[in-house]
Amino acid sequence: MKSTRKAYGEFLVDIGSNKDVVVLDADLATATKTDMFKKKYPQRHIDVGIAEQDLVGTACGLALSGKTVFASTFAMFMAGRAYDQVRNTAAYSHVNVNLCATHAGVMVGEDGPTHQCIEDVALMNVIPTMKILSPADDISTKKILSLCMQEDGPKYVRLGRSDVEDIYDNTYEFKIGGSHTFGDGEDGTIFAYGPTVSIALEAQKELEQNGKYVRVVDLYSIKPVDKEAILKCAKETEKLISIEDHSIIGGIGSIISNILCEEYPKKLEKVGIPDTFGKSGSAKEVYKYFGLTKENIISKF
Amino acid sequence: MDILELQNISKNIRRDIIDMVYNAKSGHPGGSLSCTDILVAIFHARMNLNLDENGNRIDKFILSKGHCAPAYYAVLASKGFIPHQDLITLRKIDSYLEGHPTNKINGVDVSSGSLGQGLSVANGMAIAKKLDKADGKVYCLLGDGEIEEGQIWEACMTANKYKLNNVIAFLDYNGLQIDGNIIDVKSVDNLKEKFEAFGWHVQEIDGHDFEQILKAIDNTEDSKKPNMIIAKTIKGKGISFMENNASWHGKAPNDEEYKIAIEELSK
Repeated sequence: MKSTRKAYGEFLVDIGSNKDVVVLDADLATATKTDMFKKKYPQRHIDVGIAEQDLVGTACGLALSGKTVFASTFAMFMAGRAYDQVRNTAAYSHVNVNLCATHAGVMVGEDGPTHQCIEDVALMNVIPTMKILSPADDISTKKILSLCMQEDGPKYVRLGRSDVEDIYDNTYEFKIGGSHTFGDGEDGTIFAYGPTVSIALEAQKELEQNGKYVRVVDLYSIKPVDKEAILKCAKETEKLISIEDHSIIGGIGSIISNILCEEYPKKLEKVGIPDTFGKSGSAKEVYKYFGLTKENIISKF
Repeated sequence: MDILELQNISKNIRRDIIDMVYNAKSGHPGGSLSCTDILVAIFHARMNLNLDENGNRIDKFILSKGHCAPAYYAVLASKGFIPHQDLITLRKIDSYLEGHPTNKINGVDVSSGSLGQGLSVANGMAIAKKLDKADGKVYCLLGDGEIEEGQIWEACMTANKYKLNNVIAFLDYNGLQIDGNIIDVKSVDNLKEKFEAFGWHVQEIDGHDFEQILKAIDNTEDSKKPNMIIAKTIKGKGISFMENNASWHGKAPNDEEYKIAIEELSK
């Protein structure tokens, strides 16, 4: 078990010997885990202080000079505070920059609604050319970040605070626009990404014991999304559910709904944060409060 | 290049600006005319526009006050980055010369237009040069109204922290913004003291005097700090009825005004 932010920190250390790599932070290095890189390569760790707009602009300047840039702060401040900078400087200039936002979703827990960004997928999704990736565990985080280094243009990588179960081993391959489907049941499909993938997999296991056979699809590439995988499951399975640590408005549920509406009209049940702010509490309690649990998924079948 | 030549180039640029905005029937003549001499001095007398072995321009320029695109495009055309005849396509649906700069245009390194963002980008480029121990300066042009944006001051602190003496920022201090005098809109005052307090090497000059502009750039050579050149300018400089008139921030001249403006610039 490991948080995806920790996996990110380890990844940065792994690639740090590459002198083109520069990592930026905005006074959250110990939380975003970029401090792991800072300890080894202090000269190439730039901390701009509590100034997220400046963070994104400075990151773009470095990237436009040919550096391989990873910039981090909490999702709330990357997607929220610095939205104009992400849109107008990073995306409109097609800057090859990796915006790695940690502490996404209500998983933040005790800090409460001001720090629980449940809108970032929606905000990033409407920016032309932006790519959004959300890994579910340690290995997928590292593989997806490697992909980002090869991929041109702006990327938003959504990372979490709490530890998550290991799902993948090194044999799995990832691609921008890809997904992974677990199982081939026909009773239903659970679409998930990030921390809800392991919850969906637990639900899948219990449902199987009850004689219900469902698939779990990890839509780790939120934009571009794997449309073919979504349509395949819509056609081959009965009930469709999406579950995400994000607002149900503009999240993966909405993205899937748009595709279904245009190509294969079918009902999708969205599980996520309804049109409301988050809540303080332990991550586990907050997930229970909003129904981001295997029990809630199971109750849908 | 002597001062007279630079003055002549400026005159041509100002004519281009009026042509562009007149043909587009919209745009920002006031600020474009106030920053013309600064741009001409930078591009024609000081910037090293060659590329280094990594394909990076040795000196970089960022127009943070992106609405002064007409002046920027005209100067880029005068340096051969874009064909001169394209200038009058500004803001047209089939033109690549968008209302605000985009880095799809040859010679433009980063898109700008949403105010307050350019200095941070300049800092990033300057940090990259420091990491690479590379030569070259990063020029950045800011508007005086623009510094009401908080990000500018975030960037000022970053430049100070990393001792970015390879950053040369110009403040186009024409004293006016859309809603009136900058002093009335947001009490933008004591600029020298403000930037000095943020750790910058500050110079105050006349932004229409080429000797002063060039000397100020040369004075940054021994600076250990990021450099701010506060250039006192006249909004709408060169066109009598536009000078010091905030209403010319963002509108195009009509037929009669256009004729007068071109006549004045032909003198």
